[in-house]
Amino acid sequence: MPSEVVRGKRAALFFAAVAIVLGLPLWWKTTETYRASLPYSQISGLNALQLRLMVPVTVVFTRESVPLDDQEKLPFTVVHEREIPLKYKMKIKCRFQKAYRRALDYEEEALSSGSAQEAEAMLDEPQEQAEGSLTVYVISEHSSLLPQDMMSYIGPKRTAVVRGIMHREAFNIIGRRIIQVAQAMSLTEDVLAAALADHLPEDKWSAEKRRPLKSSLGYEITFSLLNPDPKSHDVHWDIEGAVRRYVQPFLNALSAAGNFSVDSQILYYAMLGVNPRFDSASSSYYLDMHNLPHVINPVESRLGSSAASLYPVLNFLLYVPELAHSPLYIQDKDGAPVATNAFHSPRWGGIMVYNVDSKAYNASALPVRVEVDMVRVMEVFLAQLRLLFGIAQPQVPPKCLLSGPKSEGLTTWELDRLLWARSVENLATATTTLTSLAQLLGKISNIVIKDNVASEVYRAVAAIQKSAEELASGHLASAFVASQEAVTSSECAFFDPSLLHLLYFPDDQKFAIYIPLFLPMAVPILLSLVKIFLETRKSWKKPEKTD
Amino acid sequence: MAAAMPLALFVLQLLGPGGWCLAEPQRDSLREELVITPLPSGDVAATFQFRTRWDSELQREGDTDHYFLRYAVLPREVVCTENLTPWKKLLPCSSKAGLSVLLKADRLFHTSYHSQAVHIRPVCRNARCTSISWELRQTLSVVFDAFITGQGKKDWSLFRMFSRTLTEPCPLASESRVYVDITNYNQDNETLEVNPPPTTTYQDVILGTRKTYAIYDLLDTATINNSRNLNIQLKWKRPAENEFPPVPFLHAQRYVSGYGLQKGELSTLLYNTHPYRAFPVLLLDTVPWYLRLYVHTLTITSKGKDNKPSYIHYQPAQDRLQPHLLEMLIQLPANSVTKVSIQFERALLKWTEYTPDPNHGFYVSPSVLSALVPSMVAAKPVDWEESPLFNSLFPVSDGSNYFVRLYTEPLLVNLPTPDFSMPYNVICLTCTVVAVCYGSFYNLLTRTFHIEEPRTGGLAKRLANLIRRIRGVPLL
Repeated sequence: MPSEVVRGKRAALFFAAVAIVLGLPLWWKTTETYRASLPYSQISGLNALQLRLMVPVTVVFTRESVPLDDQEKLPFTVVHEREIPLKYKMKIKCRFQKAYRRALDYEEEALSSGSAQEAEAMLDEPQEQAEGSLTVYVISEHSSLLPQDMMSYIGPKRTAVVRGIMHREAFNIIGRRIIQVAQAMSLTEDVLAAALADHLPEDKWSAEKRRPLKSSLGYEITFSLLNPDPKSHDVHWDIEGAVRRYVQPFLNALSAAGNFSVDSQILYYAMLGVNPRFDSASSSYYLDMHNLPHVINPVESRLGSSAASLYPVLNFLLYVPELAHSPLYIQDKDGAPVATNAFHSPRWGGIMVYNVDSKAYNASALPVRVEVDMVRVMEVFLAQLRLLFGIAQPQVPPKCLLSGPKSEGLTTWELDRLLWARSVENLATATTTLTSLAQLLGKISNIVIKDNVASEVYRAVAAIQKSAEELASGHLASAFVASQEAVTSSECAFFDPSLLHLLYFPDDQKFAIYIPLFLPMAVPILLSLVKIFLETRKSWKKPEKTD
Repeated sequence: MAAAMPLALFVLQLLGPGGWCLAEPQRDSLREELVITPLPSGDVAATFQFRTRWDSELQREGDTDHYFLRYAVLPREVVCTENLTPWKKLLPCSSKAGLSVLLKADRLFHTSYHSQAVHIRPVCRNARCTSISWELRQTLSVVFDAFITGQGKKDWSLFRMFSRTLTEPCPLASESRVYVDITNYNQDNETLEVNPPPTTTYQDVILGTRKTYAIYDLLDTATINNSRNLNIQLKWKRPAENEFPPVPFLHAQRYVSGYGLQKGELSTLLYNTHPYRAFPVLLLDTVPWYLRLYVHTLTITSKGKDNKPSYIHYQPAQDRLQPHLLEMLIQLPANSVTKVSIQFERALLKWTEYTPDPNHGFYVSPSVLSALVPSMVAAKPVDWEESPLFNSLFPVSDGSNYFVRLYTEPLLVNLPTPDFSMPYNVICLTCTVVAVCYGSFYNLLTRTFHIEEPRTGGLAKRLANLIRRIRGVPLL
């Protein structure tokens, strides 16, 4: 072959080599989206995380509660662990760590007093028990501390009393009773199922489980007085005093679960969206159960709830019906008027209808001055508040005496149950968010991950792991704080606007920029390579022919 | 864009703690008012005022710290129904009763002029100001054009203006009144007749002149008695003579002069038409950062002579952070025109900072003039609770002058705009150059040349021979 042709071929091959070996990687590197490194393996490991919720229980035995030789064995520790069967990808195990010990002198004295309340008052320890832990006192089988037929008692703070037994298998039998009481005061399957309601597949109990509010850093509670007829009713309510006396203590007791802020307003000419029907039998107006869902929407626009704060808002409305529709009752599905004349809507709030006493109209001319009885109103609102927060009735074991809550309306172990549920919910939410982010990054190549987003993801993963550790070692308060931090960091990372900077970069613009540059470069090279390849194939065939 | 503003002391003294009243008001009181002013041109101006007042323990701590004061303006924002709806929600009776039934968006925005405001301020409850209450005032002013909305007819009524009439007062209001300005038409009923005839009138010195108003009190059952509604009608008997309204003592104008897209000059003309009294004016100017002001070119002239302001505060702009702030106290001599001018240079913005329509121009917010204008007639001091609302928005303790705040017109300034098609041009040009260069380079390196025998025949040869025959050149 003449040297010219060889030189030409070699030049073309060198061009191609430089373009492919040097040019292509350089272009790829300089045009890729910036992605800071993320702990993908740890995120996928979170899905298979085993959550172990430990409840430390201290069991105190008085002198006559168990046989003597059993008493010799004290103190020791028994662990009872079982898995909660939920259809969730994270396995949750519930572990009750019971530390058995003998009673001290002052405890013996307190437990031989007349009633459970007195015993509790005497047993009130100077330092508060840690969140999540319980203390169970075992008294003798024939003790008169509890009424005769009651086997156990659950107190308003984190204490309970169980009857002992004089039997060979005393510890086993008592152990089972203690577990029942401890489960009622801390964790059962329905508590966790309610917490994970948004993450579990749909089933027939979901509607009830979706009632409580989702976990959040804080809540805003708004009390509104709706007066649709100011010409007839001049309504006054002492909301500040009522909030101070009834609502604020309850919220103070709940303060571990988040920040609360309370405000109130009075709205005039705010009608319900539904016309009530007249019931001639009782000569009153009624709202059917089917009409209730339509009541909220027209009022919602005037409440101004979304402008109030960043936290989710709970609205409690007190409606004073107009003169033309007085008195107004709410009927349940059987047609009987509801006792409290109120209803609530899940994750939104509650509405109560306050009827003006008909005797007030006889005396004076319109408008009639109405002083709202705040005690009645606050009873209903506080009960609704408990329901909306998910503080459900516990499953008490049989023959158990449940003491009423303290004056704030919340027992300490109910708060613990709420914290357990919230921690689990937060961990589930944070894990889901991080997993979705990792999946999205895998599917869409255009998402940018800046360094600050990456550091939030690392912080979220570390917080989830720390929370799981704290739950396993029984420190409920720090576990809850860590789980809140995990949720905040994961949401911060997921919803960061910088992720979307290049997301909608249209493909045709990319082509419009690259084609004028690369096409003139690539076409001659490709044509030369094709020509070289064809000629080489021809020259292979030729020697065969000549052979 | 917002700028921190040190509060001028004399304006603060003026508004002070907000005046004080002689009697203790009831808690949570609401007062509402509508003032109707027929103008000599046949237009009608209507101003609504709603005042809600409530006591609260929220005390104002000491004096206002000027570091917490902010002033912000959006120069080109059109007021529309979306602004009216949340404004109406603040009213307790909210378009169901009282004067607020007249607030219908389709009539209110079909006007030549529309203005809405919300003022919140603390008000002293007693003379020593030991306890305060808070006052929320909402004002809405509209000017109905006689020819556009009135269809050229000079008869005018509430129903024609608002397509509603007043039926009942708001049950929550302690006072609900309509005032009609009948100052120029009082004595004879020959120019203007007001129907239904008013039962009471009110006379006072408003903005320096003596004015008379006819009052319709909605809380008075006699007003809405027989016809169940109140529809105030104005009938012009004789066409109004060409009486121009008196020129206000203070008015102002502002404009941009200069040529080209590099420099310009911003001028404000302040007119003091009072025959013998001079008074000071506080001028506040907020100029966006992309008009770079040169303060050494600031000149203030009155009647040809230089006028030095008694107080100047200037805060220079920071690019993309805060605008220029210029505040001056200028003494306007009697019967004169004062010109305040300052030169500026237009900046070039980054190409992502331009609006989608950059050749429309950029808006400069209006300047604000605040002054205590001497009144023609001395007024007696105002009792907060007794006087109508339109008199107590800017009360003065001294009756010899009244407070006025004027806004000049906003300006539209063109900035040098780049050619937004340049990125495309750059791509085309560089790619062409690269392709041509690279292509020829590649050709030289890889192309080989060899001699080829000429072929006989072919279409090209016949065409070439045809052309050669025409030219008279020997054939191939």
